[in-house]
Amino acid sequence: MAGAVWVLAEQWRGQLSDVTFELLALGRQIADGLSMPLETVLLGSGVEHLAASLGTADRVLYVDAPGLAEPIGEQGSRVLAGLAAERRPGAILVPITNVSWDLVGLLPARLGAALANFCTDVKVVDGSLEAQCLVFGGKMEVRALPRGETVVLGVLPGARSADEGRSDRCPEVERATAQGAAAARVRLLGYEEPAAGDVDITQQEVLVSVGRGLQGEANLDLAEELAQVLGGAVSGSRPAIDLGWLPVTRQVGKSGMQVKPRLYLALGISGAPEHVEGMKDSALIIAVNADPGAPIFNIAHYGAAADLLEVVPALIDKVKEQKR
Amino acid sequence: MATATVLETPDLTLDGLLAAPEGRPLLSCIQCGICAGTCPYGDVMRNTPRRLIGMLREGFIEEVIASDDLLSCVTCYACWAKCPRGLHLTDVLLPLVKEQVLLRLPQVPAELQSALSNTLRYGNPMGESPRKRAAWVDGAGVPVPILKDLGRPVDVLWIVECYAAYYPRGQDNARATARVLAALGVDFAILGTEEKCAGECARLVGEKGLFDTLREQNMATFRKYEFASLLTSDPHAFDAFRYLYPSLGLDRPVDHTTPFLAARLDALRPRLTRKLGYRVTYHDSCVLGRHNHMHDEPRRILEALPGVSLVEMTHNRDNTICCGGGGGGMWLDTYYKAKGYPRLSDRRVEEAAATGADVLAVSCPYEVPRFEDSLKVLGYDDRMVVRDVMELLAEALAD
Amino acid sequence: MKILVLLRMVPDVVEELEVAADGASLDRGFLRLIVNERDENALEQALILKERHQGTVVAVAPEAPEVDDVLYTALARGADRTVKVTGLEEGLGSRALASVLAAALSGIEGLLPADLILTGCQAIDDLDGLVGPMVAEQLGMPYVGIVTGVDVDAATGVARCSREYPGGVRGSFELDLPAVVGIQGAEKPPRYVPIAKVRAAMASGRIESIPAVAGAEASLLDVIEMRKPVVAERAEMIEGDPDEIAARICEILVGRGLL
Repeated sequence: MAGAVWVLAEQWRGQLSDVTFELLALGRQIADGLSMPLETVLLGSGVEHLAASLGTADRVLYVDAPGLAEPIGEQGSRVLAGLAAERRPGAILVPITNVSWDLVGLLPARLGAALANFCTDVKVVDGSLEAQCLVFGGKMEVRALPRGETVVLGVLPGARSADEGRSDRCPEVERATAQGAAAARVRLLGYEEPAAGDVDITQQEVLVSVGRGLQGEANLDLAEELAQVLGGAVSGSRPAIDLGWLPVTRQVGKSGMQVKPRLYLALGISGAPEHVEGMKDSALIIAVNADPGAPIFNIAHYGAAADLLEVVPALIDKVKEQKR
Repeated sequence: MATATVLETPDLTLDGLLAAPEGRPLLSCIQCGICAGTCPYGDVMRNTPRRLIGMLREGFIEEVIASDDLLSCVTCYACWAKCPRGLHLTDVLLPLVKEQVLLRLPQVPAELQSALSNTLRYGNPMGESPRKRAAWVDGAGVPVPILKDLGRPVDVLWIVECYAAYYPRGQDNARATARVLAALGVDFAILGTEEKCAGECARLVGEKGLFDTLREQNMATFRKYEFASLLTSDPHAFDAFRYLYPSLGLDRPVDHTTPFLAARLDALRPRLTRKLGYRVTYHDSCVLGRHNHMHDEPRRILEALPGVSLVEMTHNRDNTICCGGGGGGMWLDTYYKAKGYPRLSDRRVEEAAATGADVLAVSCPYEVPRFEDSLKVLGYDDRMVVRDVMELLAEALAD
Repeated sequence: MKILVLLRMVPDVVEELEVAADGASLDRGFLRLIVNERDENALEQALILKERHQGTVVAVAPEAPEVDDVLYTALARGADRTVKVTGLEEGLGSRALASVLAAALSGIEGLLPADLILTGCQAIDDLDGLVGPMVAEQLGMPYVGIVTGVDVDAATGVARCSREYPGGVRGSFELDLPAVVGIQGAEKPPRYVPIAKVRAAMASGRIESIPAVAGAEASLLDVIEMRKPVVAERAEMIEGDPDEIAARICEILVGRGLL
C-alpha cells in the first residue's frame, strides 16, 4: 500500500463538523497501524483558517477554489479523485452525513476503487484494512476486506469520539491545486431553512419520540399526553415526518436534528443508523418496540418488547399517579 | 327480512351490476330512504345507498365515484338489514361502488394503503412476517396441530385469521378457542404459516383485485388438503368462505366458532364448572349478528356459563351499533378523525356502560381493540372489560 | 421527455434475517426481497414528472425473485415500459449491479438517450457501492443525491432539485440534463394502485428482457464474516404486561430524578 491515510475534513457553512474529528481519531489509529502518515483534505474557498484545528493529522492538503465553496459531491469528488490519482493514498475516510453522502458514492466510482460503506470501525490486521460495517438497517454486522491500492471508507458518525480527534497541534498546511475545473454541471442556488417550529427539540430535557410503530396519526394524542405529563415534547423519526404526523422541525436523525435530552423515549422506532446518530448521546434512552429484534435495543439503556399503544396509556396513568 | 346469500357471479363489476342477478333487483328500489336513516354515519355521508341507487339507475354514478365520500361506509349491514326490498346493498352494491372510488382516488389514506399493501405482501394487514403467523400456538397450553405437518385428513380446518393470530388480545382469543376445541375432543388443525387473510375487509373497502388474489391463493392452499369442514374465528372470513368462496369451488360447510360451540353446548356443559360471577352485556356484531342473524347462539353460550347474568343494551340484535371497524374502518381512524366524525365504538361503549355490566362480550376480533380503546378514552376501563365469548367460555372450563 | 428509473430488490427486514452456513452471507432460504423503498419513491417521482410534463417512464431492474411483481406494478402505476436485465448471479453486490445496469442501458433498444435517470440515493445493502453515482460515472452524467423534489425544464435542459441537509435545511440545486438524481423521497408518497390494475397489467402488459453484458465489475470488497450485531451493552429488557412495564419505567424515571 502506498501513500498516506486521508480523512476528508467536512466543512459546511464555515464550520468543521464534529464527525471530522471522529474520523481523524480513527484515521490516526489506522495510519499508525499501517505506518503511514495521516493527512486530511480540506476543500473550500477562503477557509484555510479551519486547517489550524486539524492537528491530529500530520498534514492538511488544502484546495481552495470558488467552485468548492459549497460541499457539492459532484465537484468535490472530481477534485479528490484527481488528487488521489496523483498521490495514491492507501485509504480515504469519508463521513456518512447528508453533507458528504454524494461523495461516498461518487469518489469510489471516479477512482475505480473499493468502497467499504457503513463502517462503525476499521482495524489494521496483518498490515491490511479490515472494516466493520453495519448493514440492513442495523440488523447485521459484517467484517470486510477492501482490496486495491486506494480504498474508500464510508464511516458512520460515532465510530470514535470527536474529542479523541482534536488537538492543539498546528498541522503543516499544503496548498494543493484543483484539477482542471470542468464547467460545473451541478450548481447550488441557495439554502432554505426549515420553517420556524413552535418547539426547538434540541433544547428539550425530555423527548417522547415516535416512529412507524405509532401506526397512525390518530395515536399521536397519546404521545403528546405523555410528553406533557413528563414535561417534554414530541419528536419523531423519519417515517413520522414523511407520513405527515409531525413537521420536519421535530425530526431526529441524519436529515433532522441531533438531540441530547436527559430522557429520550423511543416509541415504535426501529433504530436504523440514520436515526440513532441523531439521539445516541441522550443521557437515558428507553425504547418500546413490538419487535424484540429491533436495533434500537442495541443502543437503549432500557427496553420493552411490547406494544406502545398499550404501554403508553399505562405509563401516562402511572406518571400521573406518581406526581400526585 | 334480508338473508345472507351465496353470491354466484364471481367477476361482477359496477358496470355490469344492473344486468346481473344480484343487481337487477336494484331497479325496484322504492327510494324510501330507510337505508340512509339507519346508517350510523348517515348524517355525514352524502351518498347513502338510496342516493347511490338513484344515481346508478339514472346514469349519474360518475359524480359519486369521483368523491371519497364512500370511504365513510363501514359496511355494517344496517342498510341491508332494514331495506324493505331486501336489496344486496352492503354485500354487493357498496363494495363495487367503492372499487370504482379507489380507482379514482388521487391519494388513498396512508393507513389504509399500508393495510392493503401489507395484506397483499404478507397475508395480513399488520405487515407481520407470515412466518410468525403460528407463534401464538406456544402458550396455548394444548396441542394445536399444523395441517401440513399432520399428514392426514382432518375434520375441522380452523382458520384463525389475522387479528387472532398476530394481535396480542386476539391471541388470547385463539388460545382460549384452542382450549375449548381440545376439551371437546374436536379433530382440528390450523394452516399455520400457510394461512393468509380471507380478504373480506379488503373486498368491502373496494379492493376487489386484492380479494380475488387472496381467494385464488387460499383456494390453492385448501385444495392441497382434505378436511370435512371449515371453521373460523373471524366473522368477516366466515362471510367470505360461506358466500364468496363457493363460486371458486369451496364446497365444505363453513362455520364460525361461536355458533359451532353453541351447537355443542350440551357436550361442554358438564365441564363448565368455574363460577364467573360476571354481569355480561353482549354486543351483536354486524356480520355474525346482523348479516347472519346469529343472535341466539352467543347468548346461549353466555347463559350456560355459571354465575353469568346477561343484560341487554338498548340497541341489540339486528339493531346493533357497529364498532366502526368493518369495511376498512379499522384502518381509517385517522381519516375519520381528520373529518371530525365521532367514533362509533365510543357510542357503543356508552351504551354498554349504561347497562352497569362488568363485561362487554363480543365475537368479532376487531371489536376487542376498538372497544378497549373506547373504554380507556371514555374513562370506563376501571369498571368494564372486553372479552370475546371464547375467552369467557375457556375461563369457565374446568382444567 | 424520457425518464429512466432504476429499481432494485433488497432484503425485506420484516422477516428475520439469518446468516448462511458460510458465516459471511445472508441465508437465502428464508430471505424475502422487497423493492428498495427509495427506488419506489424514484418511480413515483418519475410518474409525477410524466404527468406534469408529458413524456415516458421506463423502469429497469436487475432480475431477482419477485421483481416481476414490482415491474407489473410499475406498469399499473403508469410506467410505459419495463425492462428486466437477466442472466445475473445471485447475491451480487451494489457495485456489480450498478455496472450491470449501466452496461445494459446502452443495449436496450430505444432507451438512451434519456433526459433524466432517477434511482434511490441509498439501499440497506449498499455495502460496496451506490448505484446512482456509479451509473452516473459510467454514463458521464452529473449526479446529486438525497433529493426530495425534482422538476425539469426540458426547454433549457435543466433539472431543479431540492436536497436534504442536516437540521432540516434544504439546498436548491440546478443540474444540466441528462443527469442522474438520487432520490430520498418523492414529492408525494408512492401512489396506491388497486390490485385489479396490477392483475390487468400481468394479463396484458409486458416485461422486456435483456441479457446482462458479460463481465460485471467484480466486487472489490471481500466479506469475511456476517453476524447479528454483537452489542457491548444491550438494553436491560423490562418484562411483564403493559402495566408492569409502565410501573418499572416510572420507577426508573423516579430513580433518575426525572419525576
